[in-house]
Amino acid sequence: MSFLSYLINGISLGSVYAIIALGYTMVYGIAKMLNFAHGDVIMIGSYVVFTMASTWGMNPMLAIVVSVIFCTVLGVVIERVAYKPLREATSLAVLITAIGVSYLLQNVALLIFGAGTKSFTSVVPVPALRLAGGALTISGETIVTVIACIVIMIGLMLFIKKSKSGQAMLAVSEDRGAATLMGVNVNRTIALTFAIGSGLAAIAGVLLCSAYPSLTPYTGSMPGIKAFVAAVFGGIGSIPGAFIGGVLLGVIESLARAYISSQLSDAIVFGVLIIVLLVKPTGILGKKINEKV
Amino acid sequence: MHLRRNKDEKTIGLVLAGAMVLSLAACGQGNGGSAQDDGTTFRIGGIGPLTGNNAIYGNAVMNGAQMAVDEINADGGINGVQLEFDFQDDESDAERAVNAYNQLKDWGMDMLVGTTTSSPCEAVVARSNEDNMFQITPSATSVNSIQYENAFRMCFSDPSQGTASADYIAENGLASKIGIIYDSSDTYSSGIASAFESEAQAKGLEIVSKEAFTGESNTDFSVQLQKAKDAGAELLFLPIYYTQTALILAQADTIGFEPLIFGSDGFDGILDVDNFDKSLAEGVMFLTPFSTNSTDELTQNFVQKYEEQFGGTPNQFAADAYDSVYVIKQAAEQAGLTADMSASEMCDALKTAMTEISFTGLTGKDIQWGADGEPQKAPIVVQVENGEYQILQ
Repeated sequence: MSFLSYLINGISLGSVYAIIALGYTMVYGIAKMLNFAHGDVIMIGSYVVFTMASTWGMNPMLAIVVSVIFCTVLGVVIERVAYKPLREATSLAVLITAIGVSYLLQNVALLIFGAGTKSFTSVVPVPALRLAGGALTISGETIVTVIACIVIMIGLMLFIKKSKSGQAMLAVSEDRGAATLMGVNVNRTIALTFAIGSGLAAIAGVLLCSAYPSLTPYTGSMPGIKAFVAAVFGGIGSIPGAFIGGVLLGVIESLARAYISSQLSDAIVFGVLIIVLLVKPTGILGKKINEKV
Repeated sequence: MHLRRNKDEKTIGLVLAGAMVLSLAACGQGNGGSAQDDGTTFRIGGIGPLTGNNAIYGNAVMNGAQMAVDEINADGGINGVQLEFDFQDDESDAERAVNAYNQLKDWGMDMLVGTTTSSPCEAVVARSNEDNMFQITPSATSVNSIQYENAFRMCFSDPSQGTASADYIAENGLASKIGIIYDSSDTYSSGIASAFESEAQAKGLEIVSKEAFTGESNTDFSVQLQKAKDAGAELLFLPIYYTQTALILAQADTIGFEPLIFGSDGFDGILDVDNFDKSLAEGVMFLTPFSTNSTDELTQNFVQKYEEQFGGTPNQFAADAYDSVYVIKQAAEQAGLTADMSASEMCDALKTAMTEISFTGLTGKDIQWGADGEPQKAPIVVQVENGEYQILQ
């Protein structure tokens, strides 16, 4: 019975990693850049919801919509100002810029909202599911996060497969040069990717803070890094990979903490990551791409 | 191409040389200025995190100390000498704290109130000992923060908090089966946890589960809570900060685990978390050196003035810093400090005076210091009742 409850804990932790990882993997897959500011967009999105819903008393669902719009615009602006001028620069330069944007967002939040912790009121109206006479509890947040993950994952895959913009994204991700020659507007496609990725960040932020209701300017950074690991684990660039990677990471972390050592759980998680990458360098669902020279 | 590059390098070289000359000139001026001022004022330096994760503590220390300095100055200073106060940010980082310390030394600091957090303090105390600079930390709790004889402490040390907590639990018969959740990546938390564990065992309490988390994974505590619940813990001892405590309380509630929660002074501030559901903290107990609910006049005046000047309720860090400055005043008066003494002479005089004084302030009555720099004072136990801190006797 306790094994089941640890497993459920792991899935609920993993589902949060997974929903953040979806945004990471999408931006990486298409723009081929690691957007380390993703975690901080999540934090900003959570602050928007917190301000709207808790401070100004707006309907939480409406607040989420505002937050999604806000983050979408924020993502596009960040891309336009910080990343687009570096389109032809080395990937290292873009990576450093992303880290810079991450610190910028954290410090702006620190300036506006202060260093104090804010307690986030869960916006999930679903009650916890109690099984086996209360011995097993699945929180409403977990249920909603898992469902949201699956819906977003299917939605993204359909969007990329069926829509014209999605096809353009696929083209840009496979060969940016050739896509340009074929008349795909690369800049617009990448901007759209950032828009979607950042909109997802807002939703991830709401679910993250509903599950773990403490909000500080640094809330996004550690889950962001774990989610990045989850994305690499599952095969970065692969949308179902992000989901599988996130959930697996959460389950391994939870079980390691329960049965091996609560102190060493992170070491174990990263140890497993190293083994997976040694055996399968592209991650669980990553595709091996033969580069033509 | 090659030629141009040479020319560029030359230009850069010139600019750099110019900058160096300018900065040297500025340095000279700074030193000259401070040497001039040194004879007329006492310069008190402060260090703590004004930005970053622990910014709330550094700002509280800065505000508390500033308030005390202003009051003392308005009251005629120490031995008739006015105080100057400068506070530098260290982001709770050891390296930055040492930089901040050097900067304050260049400014002409005579004594240091700092640093605010433990790891930076351990780095700075090594330097201040070399310089023989008097140092009193308002809030760094690790043992090594004051390992040299020039350093003193206003707050409790980690082991003394752990021991006092175990004693309190045992003497009042709060519980016999105890679970611990602590942050193994933090010296404060692990220091209290290990002192608590050994004292609890000595007092016949049973530790049924001891689980750790680290700074990298400090949002999900469900596994640690589940293990404590399965082990039948009646009381959960949490030597951690209130940010994590708020999460632990919420997660314990989710799994229907309702032990008595007992914490360390890091809990202080939990009721001030914006939008926090205070009913979760109902019944929570913790040790603290300072409570805004104390009815004595000193505390009430301090709280009122602090709220007027800075907005928001002062926490124990502000109170510790406020007391630290007054301790310096009392020790300086005892030692008959004059403004023309060098920082090292002041340190020697203050070191002796510190072991002679008996101080009463916001954070305790008749506090006395040994040569090891540790304060001797009684802790206060506070319990949350109806969304308010209540002092238990």
